[in-house]
Amino acid sequence: MPNALLISNLTKTYANNISALSQVNLSVEQGDFFALLGSNGAGKTTMIGIISSLLNKTSGEVSVLGLDQSTNLNQVKRMIGLMPQEFNFNPFEPIEEILINQAGYYGIDRQSARARAEVLLKRVELWDRRLNMAKSLSGGMKRRLMLARALIHDPKILILDEPSAGVDVEIRRSMWKFLKELNEQGMTVILTTHYLEEAELLCRNIVILDNGQVIEQSSMKKLLTKVAHQVLILESIETLPEVLPEFDFSIERLDNNSIQVILDGMSISRTLSELSKKGIEIEHVRSAQNRLETLFLRLTSKGK
Amino acid sequence: MWIAYKTIVVKEILRFSRIWVQTIFPPIITTSLYLLIFGGLMGERIGDMQGVDYLHFIIPGIILMTVIQNSYANTVSSFFLAKFNHSIEELLISPVSYWVILLGYISGGVARGFAVGLGVFIVVSFFVDLKIYSIGIVLITFLLTAILFSLAGFINAVFAQSFDDISIVPTFILMPMIYLGGMFYSIEILPEFWQVLSKFNPIYYMVDSFRMGFLGSSTTDFVVSMVVLISMILVLAVVAFYLLKRGVNIKT
Repeated sequence: MPNALLISNLTKTYANNISALSQVNLSVEQGDFFALLGSNGAGKTTMIGIISSLLNKTSGEVSVLGLDQSTNLNQVKRMIGLMPQEFNFNPFEPIEEILINQAGYYGIDRQSARARAEVLLKRVELWDRRLNMAKSLSGGMKRRLMLARALIHDPKILILDEPSAGVDVEIRRSMWKFLKELNEQGMTVILTTHYLEEAELLCRNIVILDNGQVIEQSSMKKLLTKVAHQVLILESIETLPEVLPEFDFSIERLDNNSIQVILDGMSISRTLSELSKKGIEIEHVRSAQNRLETLFLRLTSKGK
Repeated sequence: MWIAYKTIVVKEILRFSRIWVQTIFPPIITTSLYLLIFGGLMGERIGDMQGVDYLHFIIPGIILMTVIQNSYANTVSSFFLAKFNHSIEELLISPVSYWVILLGYISGGVARGFAVGLGVFIVVSFFVDLKIYSIGIVLITFLLTAILFSLAGFINAVFAQSFDDISIVPTFILMPMIYLGGMFYSIEILPEFWQVLSKFNPIYYMVDSFRMGFLGSSTTDFVVSMVVLISMILVLAVVAFYLLKRGVNIKT
């Protein structure tokens, strides 16, 4: 089975001599939920631009589901649905028209497009606003409109560039649910995000780009095991003593009811049991920092 | 490809129809004023031109002027706005060929030129007893003129980086060419040097053959006018296609 996406030695140098991507190699399996991470300017959007034909590559090869993009451009375009980072629709067009027109560009007749637009607009909760101009939508609604538009031609690969930026928590979670469903139905999803919690929650495999180069590519599970220590905030039921007893792990009193512990390989249950033995009963446990975020900062130039 | 082409054309027609107060109505008002002032009030003092009264003489030129301006305005504004708000990416990521994109935008320009031209024609018909010598010549000249200026507007939009850039050409190039292209006068009344110079202005050929379609008389052979028009269309179409395919100011 060919890879959903195979990139070989991809290089992009802009006219002003800025190198955005340098000899990038990566592969995404069919049906994967794949995270493409990197700090601002790492080359993520450039890579997405090249995959979706919005940018010209300087050199290298892009192949989608076994088809070389250079020689099968139109077939490749049909397989990809893109939800870009920037709003890229005509704000003076009605929402439903935007979807119907996009379907038309893929050769879908108006009647079928209307039916598909109805399903998608209902799914992203914009059906009631279908006749409104796109400019009247909030930022989160505009993102959902772009998601629906990316799906209008039923692509095999969905590329999402910062899909949940500016989207409130409730809608973000419903969007995650929708993306998971699409992935479960067999759609390959490639996601770039600044919400590392989102990537950790949704994605199975991951690539981290830094300064236009791949600095890490592995499964999410394997990558997270590289985070040796975990920082937790624990909240006690009763007021904590001014001076805390000694433990095998690092512990710091934050206030009367909370402590921060750094676990270096020790399990959470053993930690709680150790604390309990010394009279500290814990009511709530939360992570002080997202694990992927810790690793991300360690790997990329942002953390250096 | 047919569905994609139809989609672009319908989108373009809906676009200018939605804002008819800006796109359809003003040229009809302006043209009516031209006819009232130049044809109605001043025309009687000017007398006949090319064998007909002045009002009948200027009507074809005035209709064609609206066609030129509106075909150009439609593609230049629509394509520039698509670049400006990045909605052009909707087309670039989809499997629509560059020819279809170009044809779609040009057809949109032709449609607006036709809508406004027809509107002016209908308004004029209320005031003047208009006779058409050859509907075929009128339609072919209209079509070729609208295609030519839609292409010119498209090329302008490709190069435009700001809203100023889409008004410079119509104001400083197109308008002088229209006014000096024999819209209000027959070039026969000009001194020989200016007559020769006028023949380098492509608009002269369009106005002349359009006028022939209405009045049955012209100052240049109709075939020559068609050759000039078709040649220019071919050149601009190749340029526009090349710019689009290369992604000039669209893709980096």
